[in-house]
Amino acid sequence: MLSVKHLIDTTSLTEDDIYQILDTARAFEDVNNRAIKKVPALRGRTIVNLFLEPSTRTKSSFELAEKRLSADSLSMGGATSSVVKGESLADTIQTIDAMNVDMFVCRAKLAGTPQKITEHTDAIVINAGDGKHQHPTQAMLDLYTIRKHFGHLDGLKVAIVGDLSHSRVCGSLVPALKTVGAEVTLVGPPTFQVDDPDYYGVPQTADFDSVIPEMDVVYMLRVQLERMEGASIPSRREYNRLWGLDMSRVDRMKPNAIICHPGPMNRGMEINADVADCARSRILTQVNAGVLTRMAEMYLLLGGENNGISA
Amino acid sequence: MAFLLKGAHVVDPQVGLDGFRDVLIEGDRIAAVSEALEAPEGATVVDAHDKYLVPGLVDMHVHFRDPGFEYKETIETGSAAAVHGGFTDVATMPNTDPVTDTGAEIRYQIERGNACGLCHVRPIGAMTRGEKGESLAEIGDMAYAGAAAFSDDGHGVQSAGMMRTCMEYIAQFDRVALAHCEIESLSGHGVINEGRASTRLGMFGWPALAEELEIYRDIELVRLTKCPLHICHISTRKGLDLVRAAKADGLPVTCEVTPHHLFLCEDDITDTYDTNLKMNPPLRTADDAAALREGVLDGSVDCIVTDHAPHAPHEKDCEWEISFFGIVGLETSLPLMVQNLVATGKMSWARLVEVMAVNPRRLLRLEPVTVAEGSVADLTLIDPAKSVEITPDYLQSRSKNSAWLGKTLTGVATDVFVGGKRTLADGVVCPQS
Amino acid sequence: MEEAKLKAQIMDEQAMGRALTRIAHEVIERNEGAEGIGIVGIVSRGAVIAPLLADEIEKIEGVRPPVGTLDISFYRDDVSRMIAPVLHSTNIPFNVDDHDIILVDDVLYTGRTIRSALDALIDYGRPKTVQLAVMVDRGHRELPIRADYVGKNVPSSRDEDVRVNIKPSDDTTSVEIWTKPSKHNGGAN
Repeated sequence: MLSVKHLIDTTSLTEDDIYQILDTARAFEDVNNRAIKKVPALRGRTIVNLFLEPSTRTKSSFELAEKRLSADSLSMGGATSSVVKGESLADTIQTIDAMNVDMFVCRAKLAGTPQKITEHTDAIVINAGDGKHQHPTQAMLDLYTIRKHFGHLDGLKVAIVGDLSHSRVCGSLVPALKTVGAEVTLVGPPTFQVDDPDYYGVPQTADFDSVIPEMDVVYMLRVQLERMEGASIPSRREYNRLWGLDMSRVDRMKPNAIICHPGPMNRGMEINADVADCARSRILTQVNAGVLTRMAEMYLLLGGENNGISA
Repeated sequence: MAFLLKGAHVVDPQVGLDGFRDVLIEGDRIAAVSEALEAPEGATVVDAHDKYLVPGLVDMHVHFRDPGFEYKETIETGSAAAVHGGFTDVATMPNTDPVTDTGAEIRYQIERGNACGLCHVRPIGAMTRGEKGESLAEIGDMAYAGAAAFSDDGHGVQSAGMMRTCMEYIAQFDRVALAHCEIESLSGHGVINEGRASTRLGMFGWPALAEELEIYRDIELVRLTKCPLHICHISTRKGLDLVRAAKADGLPVTCEVTPHHLFLCEDDITDTYDTNLKMNPPLRTADDAAALREGVLDGSVDCIVTDHAPHAPHEKDCEWEISFFGIVGLETSLPLMVQNLVATGKMSWARLVEVMAVNPRRLLRLEPVTVAEGSVADLTLIDPAKSVEITPDYLQSRSKNSAWLGKTLTGVATDVFVGGKRTLADGVVCPQS
Repeated sequence: MEEAKLKAQIMDEQAMGRALTRIAHEVIERNEGAEGIGIVGIVSRGAVIAPLLADEIEKIEGVRPPVGTLDISFYRDDVSRMIAPVLHSTNIPFNVDDHDIILVDDVLYTGRTIRSALDALIDYGRPKTVQLAVMVDRGHRELPIRADYVGKNVPSSRDEDVRVNIKPSDDTTSVEIWTKPSKHNGGAN
């Protein structure tokens, strides 16, 4: 049973919560490897995927996870969402809530939206990414991927590299890694660095090359081109040269070190094509882990609904 | 109509008064102040024992949204909130629709205020036409119509050259330029203090420097233009130090601070994203708030203002990043000051009167009000022991976006006299029209 | 809430060993040998008994049937009421298709666990037959399910717990009846 009712951020998760999610996901790996990739665990439960910001991969991952748990799910968002027509969040949630749903999975471009949703419904809420704030389900699949390779998480050295200040991935992954005892270093251009690295209690540097040989995991962030409204970096070319992961940098990594990326990739910008496809790359493992960990999160949250009666 | 206020503890540093007096009001003036007065025939006697009587409180920074946004507040509802909070005078910022940038709009507000008759409405005119920061508004026309000061509050004047022009022009009318200091190329999309809070909650930061740099610029423009400058809603330690240094240089520079910047800070913004803590400038660090409180006590801060900013529920009950900036403050300002600074012994009643009545009245170039025979009878009577719970029903403002909803505050105004009329009686607003 | 109390021990190690040997003989007899048999133990106690049954069959036939484990957590019809603190992996290292599956559990009670196990098993393939072996049948069925092989029939009250202990998972190897603490909502799992 998780210590939280909703999955809004990784900051509120205990170490035990994180390992429960990872262990449960491990059990789902068996399910996903057999011919019939489906269990009846959430039969009859209704889940609404409210995607107020477009996202093909996260949405597909959740939809697949829901189907494999036998939940009934409905995806709303993008052009079909009334929110874009000027309806308030409160109205949208109350309207959906009136149809008796058990869970909201919410992706939003504004920070704090999933938390606001909890104020308007009794249903359980999973944050599928809110603005620049957090993306906890991404962090869980990342931890799963890293643990699968190393067998453990504590003591690992992880560099998170790139567009730190616009990254909800960073916002969730750093606290989660800290909770399980990994050491994090933030690497990015000064114009992309987080306002207050002391909040996380981790070092932050612009010097990628000096960091590489120390790391067990090099986690490349997507450069959020669509978020860059000012000119924070001179050019794609210069970014690639200073902070992109190319083969010469990969060759300087520790023998057993791996590469992660949350996707979608800008090949040739933060990561070169040959690197994305090399043996160290765990990018497809991450995608696979996404379904497993999301199944685990939904199973644990919906299963833990009636805390009082649990045996 | 005559009123005899019996046994009040009168505090008025302007006349060196801090003791028990009876005060007789006849017509619109104070007729007598003495240790013992008999009630004349027909006078209403108000028992003022255990209460403080002070010159009417002035809030020189409010938004009444009238005309243009009457669904948030009107001059009538705003005036009711003002007297309910103990204020006899409010200065209304010009970011109405249309922007208050001509004499006609100044006259409209004064007339509406007079028609309501609850408190004095002192409109502030825009410095630039439409508050666009591009060309001078009709400052002279507005000054003659009764504008109390000039400001483009809501934004900084982005161009240093334009600000210089405004200040040079304003200087001739014996009015103060009120500066909202914000360099927009630095504050950008910021919605929360840059640093710990922006990192923790994942939103664009509004850095202290965006405010401080413009404070510095405008102080330097005072040296050049000689125009008196008043820094609005100062929010950082560094900004206050700049004002202190300017004062030490003998420049006509003053500043104001809001109760929310004194008594709240960025740490109060939790992951519930309570939009009633979204301000412009944003709530800063605990250290900044401590510096501002110190500034109020040591004289560096001249005025307490509320930046009363009413917003409708749908503008606040939404995601932080798209919610509107600001909170209502008129009905919580006095008790917050009394409870946090006076009742705790950190601040004298005399100092409270200076920052909430004497200084703002002087900066708005209003006739001084004293608790002395012959003065206009604009007075506030305060019960330092009376507690109120801040609820939507308690608030007389049309909008309920207070950061103190659900809290109990102690030390409120029970009675307000405006030009000799009792517009607040035992905590109840008395409609005049 | 009062403490659970031991009421009686109804099988000791020898009795359980004899029961298991008998079940092994019955399995072999019914299936005409050990060829094509696969044993699947339900997590957690059934998974402990399953290899012991395989041992017995091997002793008799000289052939050891393959053994797997089945965690039915995701198949329970009461997810909202009970989540296992630790999920054990399902591990069936042989093809379920065309095997005669001996499903093993410790206690047969309401039948709901077996219902879930059948659902889970069928998601792994299409067994030729599924037969159920349990150490104890304590009655009180809520579904039309019966065991093919029973170590011991133990008439019990719903207010009691029937516990199957097996070394080394437990301190002893025995079957015990305990009085349930009042308000306890559990039973065989």
